[in-house]
Amino acid sequence: MIEKCLQTLIDALSVGSLYALIALGYTMVYGILKFINFAHSDVFVLGAWMSFTVAVGVGWGGAASGSPVADWVWILLGALGAAGVLMTLWERLGRGATPEAIRARVPATAVGPVLLLVAAWGAGCTALVLLAGVLRRTPSLEFLGGGVILVMAMATCGVVGFCIERLAYKPLRNAPRLNVLITAIGVSLLLQNLGQLNWMFGTRPQPMPPLVPAVPLFEIGGSTDAAGHSTAGVKIWLVDVIGAGTAVALMIALDWLVFRTKLGRAMRAVSYNPANASLMGIPVDRVISFTFVLGAMLAAAAGFLYSQKYSGLNQPAAATWVLLGLKAFVAAVVGGIGKIRGAMLGGLLIGLLEFFGAAYISPELRDLYVFSLLILVLLFRPSGLLGSTAAEKV
Amino acid sequence: MTDTTTSNRLREEALRLRPSAALAPVRSAAPFLACILLAVVLQVWVRPLMGDFYAKLLLDIGTNVILAVSLTMVNGFTGQFSIGHAAFMAVGAYTSAAIVYYGSFRLWGDPLMHGGTLSAMMHGRSDPLLMSGDLLFLGSLVAGGLLAAVCGYVVGLPSLRLKGDYLAIVTLGFGEIVRVLIQSQTTDTLYDPEQIAQTPIYELPRYLGGALGFSGLPFYSSLFWAWLAAAVTLVVAFRLKYSTYGRAFLSIREDEIAAEAMGIHTTRYKVRAFVIAAFFAGVAGGIFAHTVGVQLNAQELGFQKSFDILIMVVLGGLGSISGAAIAAVILTILPELLRQPPCIWGWAMAFIVPAAVLWIALSRRRVRTAVLIALALGAWEAMRWLARETGANLADYRMVLYALALIIMMIVRPQGLLGIREVWELRRPRPLAARGDRGAGGEPGTAGGRVSL
Repeated sequence: MIEKCLQTLIDALSVGSLYALIALGYTMVYGILKFINFAHSDVFVLGAWMSFTVAVGVGWGGAASGSPVADWVWILLGALGAAGVLMTLWERLGRGATPEAIRARVPATAVGPVLLLVAAWGAGCTALVLLAGVLRRTPSLEFLGGGVILVMAMATCGVVGFCIERLAYKPLRNAPRLNVLITAIGVSLLLQNLGQLNWMFGTRPQPMPPLVPAVPLFEIGGSTDAAGHSTAGVKIWLVDVIGAGTAVALMIALDWLVFRTKLGRAMRAVSYNPANASLMGIPVDRVISFTFVLGAMLAAAAGFLYSQKYSGLNQPAAATWVLLGLKAFVAAVVGGIGKIRGAMLGGLLIGLLEFFGAAYISPELRDLYVFSLLILVLLFRPSGLLGSTAAEKV
Repeated sequence: MTDTTTSNRLREEALRLRPSAALAPVRSAAPFLACILLAVVLQVWVRPLMGDFYAKLLLDIGTNVILAVSLTMVNGFTGQFSIGHAAFMAVGAYTSAAIVYYGSFRLWGDPLMHGGTLSAMMHGRSDPLLMSGDLLFLGSLVAGGLLAAVCGYVVGLPSLRLKGDYLAIVTLGFGEIVRVLIQSQTTDTLYDPEQIAQTPIYELPRYLGGALGFSGLPFYSSLFWAWLAAAVTLVVAFRLKYSTYGRAFLSIREDEIAAEAMGIHTTRYKVRAFVIAAFFAGVAGGIFAHTVGVQLNAQELGFQKSFDILIMVVLGGLGSISGAAIAAVILTILPELLRQPPCIWGWAMAFIVPAAVLWIALSRRRVRTAVLIALALGAWEAMRWLARETGANLADYRMVLYALALIIMMIVRPQGLLGIREVWELRRPRPLAARGDRGAGGEPGTAGGRVSL
């Protein structure tokens, strides 16, 4: 009995901390731009699938199949870099040379810097993939491979988050928020269906190779009674400890970043009032981009950790992924949307509720508990557990 | 003295203009009779001329028009924000399916079609127009709509307390709860007439197929039923929009506080909008459930379906009934077209040229519209050329293209196809409220002024 309770508790905490990581992305974007970023769960999926592709590419889970870096990657990187340099030059020099009337009509898209960034990311990631390949072939250092892949997934998703914000959301900064929301749904559809393509991740579920060795750290309980029947104790696996530990470390780092650094103060100022923040000399657009990058990186980390805990990766457009993202979003709302510590609390709470409900009441209704909690919280404390209500001004 | 004569004259004028009371029932029933006539013509004379594929497409368009127009009443008229519309559809679909399936067993001992020509979708039999099965189906549609309306009332109630985003999240949560509740039921469906006859009626709703889906339903949905319901929805929506009710809805959208100050009970009207919209969504669900080739499953009626409907409404223009209907038509056809993009120079020109001419004639900035149309057609041809050259199968990319089109559309035309106007209002000067649409709104809460999310 106590074993079941303990086991549920461990599962709940390890999944809850992942919910919290994803919820942070939702809550930060909501806090600044006041819209629900429905594409966030797809960034999370991208993180999981990216880890899978690299891990399999460099030889985990079977023999290495060919070179981990395909030829077209180099061509693409070169083309992106060249295009980025040209676009940047045009935006810096060419735009300045055009007459005022034309300049006013041509929006500064910042496509050039985006392309440059993508190229730089590609080069960095290629290096990381090669490093992972080397680590895979060095038995004494193999355990570091997971860390390299985690960093790579986070970098990738950070860049993807940056591009999404710059190309899709920034042009809509002053549009009605419903439009931004529909755009977010569009981006989500785009990511899902790009992921489904055969040359991306394909339409089949795949098993993620374990990067963290499956060893139980220690075992609680478990005894052999007089008749010789042994009851299994609760095993705490290395995966759970590493997963929850990474999540907590990332959350502490984020908390420090937001509440203790100048950048964090800028983020809070923009979230409080963008117009005034801009008057105070805060580069609002850059802070917003940074927030997106941060959220996307946390989601990628959650994706990697999730793929380690549950190794069966569903296809990128599977409804289960979106549902997972929605639950993380519920966690953000329950904790008080826009509140960073609220998202952490909400994530753990949702994890506990879901797993204890599934273990003790009915596993089929696990989604029901989460959404019922959402409605209850919204009805009785609409601003969330840690949220504060602001008086409405006429 | 002149004042009295003038006022007398005006009064006589007004009395002369007043429609006669005797004809009132005729006037109010006429549009609905026209709807029935149109649907009968469509089913009896137009349906035999079409292939099965196109008939099915037309049926789907009808269902989607109902959904989009009904969501317009909440999101477009009242400015509330519902992203759980598919839940009402699911409620209606399952109610209607249960009534028709188990009703057929109780009445005839089998779950087969007992309908006449009007509900024959795939095979033209020489039956009478309406048979007893059709009445069962019609009753089930209405029952599904009513139950969905009750759910709409329940969902609408939190709008007492919640606004904007929070209401949206509640509708989303409600939609998910409905889905989970249906899916977590037993996966059995009863198919033994003896057993069904013995099971008490209140026990039957438990057997809805659960996570496996409700199969074996008779395919009653035909062009007649879908387009009858669509036409009725359109008539009701237009009448609602220009009635005192509609004015109240619109005023809540424009400015809730001002509306309240003018004596409008905002909560009451918001709940009413939810109830009316939910009713039609429930009817659409009933039609969807009995469509050929549909295996009713709550999984398909989750938030992704809600988003599909929402996209239609926003793409058509929030608050524009004709816009929502047009967007529903386009967005139903587009994914099918993208499967195998047809050449636009052949017979397709017969559709494109009139549509383009009409659009250019109606728009205020004709040159711009013409350039846009030319650009779109060029992009279409470029896409086909690219696919031909690279040997890529465009069918694989259709959802990617759809998503891209959606994002680009939202960026270049945030107000949707028609904005808040109807098709025939396009040439009128833009209303003042809409001019602030893309204004440099500083505060996020007021950006756009009109749509408070």
